[in-house]
Amino acid sequence: MRALVAALVWSFLSAPVDALEVFACEPEWGALVSELAGEQARVTVALTAFQDPHRLQARPSLIASTRRADLVVCTGAELEVGWLPLLLRRSGNPNVRPGAAGYFLAADYVRKLEVPTRLDRSQGDIHPQGNPHVHLNPRNITRIARKLAQRLAELDPTNADFYEKRLDDFVERWNAAIVVWEKRARRLEGLIIVPHHRSFTYLADWLGLDVIATVEAKPGIPPSGAHLSRLLEKLNVVAPAAVVRTPYANEKPTTWLAERLDTPVLVLPYTIGGHEDVTDLFTLFDTTLTLLEDLQP
Amino acid sequence: MKQPRCTIIYLCGVGLLYGNAALYAATDPIADLRREVLDLRRVFDARIELLEARIAVAERAANRARSSAAEAVEIAEDAVIGTTTGSASANAFNPGMGVVLVARVADIGHRWDAIPGFISGGESGPGKSGFTLGESEVNLKASIDDLFFGNVTFAFEDEDGETEIAVEEAWLETTALPAGLTIRAGRQFSGIGNLNSFHRHADDFIDRPLPYQAFFAGQYIADGVQARWVAPTNLFLEIGAELDWGNGLPALGSDDTSPGAWSLFAHTGGDVGASHAWQAGVSYLSADVRDRGVGEDDPGVAPEFTGDSDLVVVDFVWKWAPLGNPTRTNFKLQGEYFRRVEEGTFDGMQVDTDQSGWYLQGIWQFIQGWRVGYRHDRVTTDNGSIFLGTLLEDVDESPRRDSLMLDWSHSDFSRLRLQYVYDQVLTESDSQWLLQYIMSLGAHGGHRF
Repeated sequence: MRALVAALVWSFLSAPVDALEVFACEPEWGALVSELAGEQARVTVALTAFQDPHRLQARPSLIASTRRADLVVCTGAELEVGWLPLLLRRSGNPNVRPGAAGYFLAADYVRKLEVPTRLDRSQGDIHPQGNPHVHLNPRNITRIARKLAQRLAELDPTNADFYEKRLDDFVERWNAAIVVWEKRARRLEGLIIVPHHRSFTYLADWLGLDVIATVEAKPGIPPSGAHLSRLLEKLNVVAPAAVVRTPYANEKPTTWLAERLDTPVLVLPYTIGGHEDVTDLFTLFDTTLTLLEDLQP
Repeated sequence: MKQPRCTIIYLCGVGLLYGNAALYAATDPIADLRREVLDLRRVFDARIELLEARIAVAERAANRARSSAAEAVEIAEDAVIGTTTGSASANAFNPGMGVVLVARVADIGHRWDAIPGFISGGESGPGKSGFTLGESEVNLKASIDDLFFGNVTFAFEDEDGETEIAVEEAWLETTALPAGLTIRAGRQFSGIGNLNSFHRHADDFIDRPLPYQAFFAGQYIADGVQARWVAPTNLFLEIGAELDWGNGLPALGSDDTSPGAWSLFAHTGGDVGASHAWQAGVSYLSADVRDRGVGEDDPGVAPEFTGDSDLVVVDFVWKWAPLGNPTRTNFKLQGEYFRRVEEGTFDGMQVDTDQSGWYLQGIWQFIQGWRVGYRHDRVTTDNGSIFLGTLLEDVDESPRRDSLMLDWSHSDFSRLRLQYVYDQVLTESDSQWLLQYIMSLGAHGGHRF
């Protein structure tokens, strides 16, 4: 009980002072906010690389973080539909409700791939606006960074110049990195991969990887034994370079398939923290490319 | 003759030698050439400079064109994104609609409608054997404007062969109040306890635990106003209060202006590491009860209770998932304790009762999609000797049950559940089997903690 009271008192005392309180749903947006705002933002990230962004629950700690936030930065395109609306309503924080300046959805500012033409749940857990895993194309990051910097300046006008300078600096370093990555990507073109979920659509689109099938028959629905057998038959002919999954995906079906195909299972970092080398957005793409390059003889 | 020839040769040689020099000296052709070359160089230098300047100008223009092309691409993409995210049809503002289909097949040995020792005032018990439609429902919700959010739920209840449509929830909520404050008005699930504010289809067992059935006839639904405040702290802390003017339980009506029931509740919670999360709460409900009967009988027919009712609920939930990822395996432990003290009149007699109940349940997802659960629930009465020989007589052994369940979810939207109940609510025990389906259509439901 004393510990609880102490925790409560400490919580009150450690309430925000001057920096922007930012609540980021996914680690990639937390990292982007840090690139653009540096010390001017205190960032809380809801998810780790080991948690499925579709399946999070509106935990008490997340409601508390949303309550204190000046800015919520999430992916959108219904990726967080199961928990973000709930967090926003439960927190009672008008600064971050949909439509407010403190509500920023990254996927609103890029062109979505795999926009379904047929909206029906028999197609699995599909998103009407298209595939939401937009951050794995670094060119999308540039676009989102520009809009996010604008939003930071709007919320904190006294530091507008600071955010602009940091954006210019980030974009310069980012574009230089893209040049290097795209040079490396030429060797990867046409590499055949089988991802567990459609998590790597934007990465494949950018690198020219060949996604020949997904382990899941339908998005969000675990693959049945019959589906896996059919998939195995089909893939035996094409010999994919790897079966690819995110750190949070169920490893069982990918391992089963990879063993029978005699190809490696590749766990790509997917986001910051998904691999021991991945500490920011730059290392996210560096490591992803290295891991893909290592597949080739 | 020899000499002059030589001289001539000499002269010729000298002439040749000097003649050349003389020729050069006279017109200075080398200097001219040099000059010409220099001139040419000067001209070329000027031209090169000019060309370089032109190239620089062209380059700048190209750069400008390139950046304006990039800008144009950006603008075009923005436009495309704008048109693809917007929707111009008239039904674009339709509220989010979710439908939940629930039904069950049951094999019940001894059906009971009231828990011995309790004046529940509403439906309780395991229900009938055979197929029951359960509580299928239609939910509509949307923002009303920039200040309000609205939500309504219609439930289709199958009551012994008759289907009723009931307004289960109909409330609006503020979205723009400052400082973490939210006010909700209308018919709503009370925020007291833990399970109470959940829709029944979100429960982990087919029926509500015994204390919920004994004290609220399943669920406390308030008609009134609720205010909630979330503290700006690192630790989650929510405090709420409600006023209830409703004609339903627990008060069954209010006098002219003052509400029949009011409540206070507080919840707190947080994380322990990445894998654990918890929530705990305490609630208080005060009601001026009017004519509460033993069952669902028409008021005035059977004996009824009128008086003051005070109820305290203590609740907790603890969840575990490896690294906080519940996709494959997870575990949930949940319990609530109820204690109610009532003073008033029953069938013309002064009564003073003290009743309590609790449940504890654990749910374990052992592989993706499959969960098993166990629940123990019981209620205890201390109604006093006045009720000896009546239905409200204290029983020696507390009414209690042990339930086991197994459920399977193919996706986020479908669930099949098998439940076995060893029922000791009556003195004679009963084994019950139930099979239930819960299917969600339409708008994606929320993943509440």
